[in-house]
Amino acid sequence: MTSHLPVEPPAFFHRGPSPAARLVFFGLVSIALLFLDARYQYLEHVRQAVAVVLHPVQRAAALPGALLATVGDYFASKRALTVENEALKQRLAATGAKAQGAATVAQENERLRALLGIRVRAEGGGVAVEVLYTGRDAFQQKLIVDKGRDAGVVAGAAVVDADGIVGQVTRTYPYVSEVTLLTDKDHVIPVKLERNGVRAVMAGTGAGRAPELRFMSPTADVRVGDLLVTSGLDGTYPQGLAVARVASVERDTGQMFARITVAPVGGVDRSEQLLVLARSDERPPRPEDPVETEAAKKSGRGRAARGG
Amino acid sequence: MAFRIPSLAPADANEVLRPVKPWFVALTLAAALFGNLLPLEGMALALRPDFLALTLLYWCIQAPRYVGVGVAWTMGLLMDVGDGTLFGQHALAYAVLAYAAEYFRRRVLRFPLLQQAVQVAALLAFCAALVLFVRVFGGAPMPRLVFFAPPLAGALLWPVLSVLLQLPQRPVRSSATL
Repeated sequence: MTSHLPVEPPAFFHRGPSPAARLVFFGLVSIALLFLDARYQYLEHVRQAVAVVLHPVQRAAALPGALLATVGDYFASKRALTVENEALKQRLAATGAKAQGAATVAQENERLRALLGIRVRAEGGGVAVEVLYTGRDAFQQKLIVDKGRDAGVVAGAAVVDADGIVGQVTRTYPYVSEVTLLTDKDHVIPVKLERNGVRAVMAGTGAGRAPELRFMSPTADVRVGDLLVTSGLDGTYPQGLAVARVASVERDTGQMFARITVAPVGGVDRSEQLLVLARSDERPPRPEDPVETEAAKKSGRGRAARGG
Repeated sequence: MAFRIPSLAPADANEVLRPVKPWFVALTLAAALFGNLLPLEGMALALRPDFLALTLLYWCIQAPRYVGVGVAWTMGLLMDVGDGTLFGQHALAYAVLAYAAEYFRRRVLRFPLLQQAVQVAALLAFCAALVLFVRVFGGAPMPRLVFFAPPLAGALLWPVLSVLLQLPQRPVRSSATL
């Protein structure tokens, strides 16, 4: 049995350019778009315009999940809720004690900084967001969250959950924004070891692979289990937020660098409620760049940390 | 076909179908876009077929007057924004898919649904390979083999989708006459 061949008008009726001509036209336009987007980021305005058309579908697609969650909540047993409530109370008590201590320390810190004449670090608020969906592209690790420019989200802001850094806002639309996760291949974050303050650069390596610390000498003082916190050197991430724990250290003195993999402490692949931290641009202006030679440009390109 | 369910069996070659309604095409494309933006995670995300590519493929084969390279390209742009991917990545892949569908549509339609699914798998995998080429050319690392799971899942879905999308075209009394 064969399927039904659909009826169509005979070819001698004029039906516009042939499919091959259309393919060549649209193919060339696509390649031009790809090139412009990848190399020059010229197309943000076009993207913003298309995003407005797409927005209702994005919102609608989040509804079934939200509905399921509501139904699930409705049928959640009282016992489970009590257990969760207890756990949250304990956690609140634990963090509350720390927070009280932190307030005192912050005041003391401020006084000391004032004494030393150091610029006071700005403490910003944040915007609570919820994950709408995860991007389906296999080559990047991105989330779409439910607040955008109208809620005050700006590109470059750090995104955290209750346990630590999750990623960074890389693009904002009027009502949604894109968050690039720590595990994305193009995501780099300057960190330091909490134990001894050693600075390092942590780079994502793509889906399903552990991020790694780059350019650490084989003799660097790094141990498995060390906590990495943001160093704040990039001016994008506030200082001192938990990022990851060292998962493995391979020292091969024959190699130039140690191979160190880490495991993010934040729920990079599971958290649904996130906080976008406000950016504080309380930094002195960047000193003028020295004139770069071609050789310096080449060697510097791969290492440049992704900044705001 | 021993296990044929009367009203849900694929249309017979002798059956006279009603014409495709443009609003239905638009509706199914919107629904497919919706399916692509559903929040999934873990295995479901890795195996999720590209509903939009599949629906475009179906309409390019069944209704080339309404859906062709241009429509596919436009839907690809929407998908590029939805996923935050490089602008033009899905657009290029879908446009090539639509062209391939128009080129092969007579051949694909000569086969029963299960054999069509095999050819659809090849088309979708080619579409995925094109995206892979674009991204690896742009400096992305090679993804793992699970990258080719969605095209296979899509092909498995093809027979179901074909029957469902053809339902509004079936004559009202087709179940009684079969």
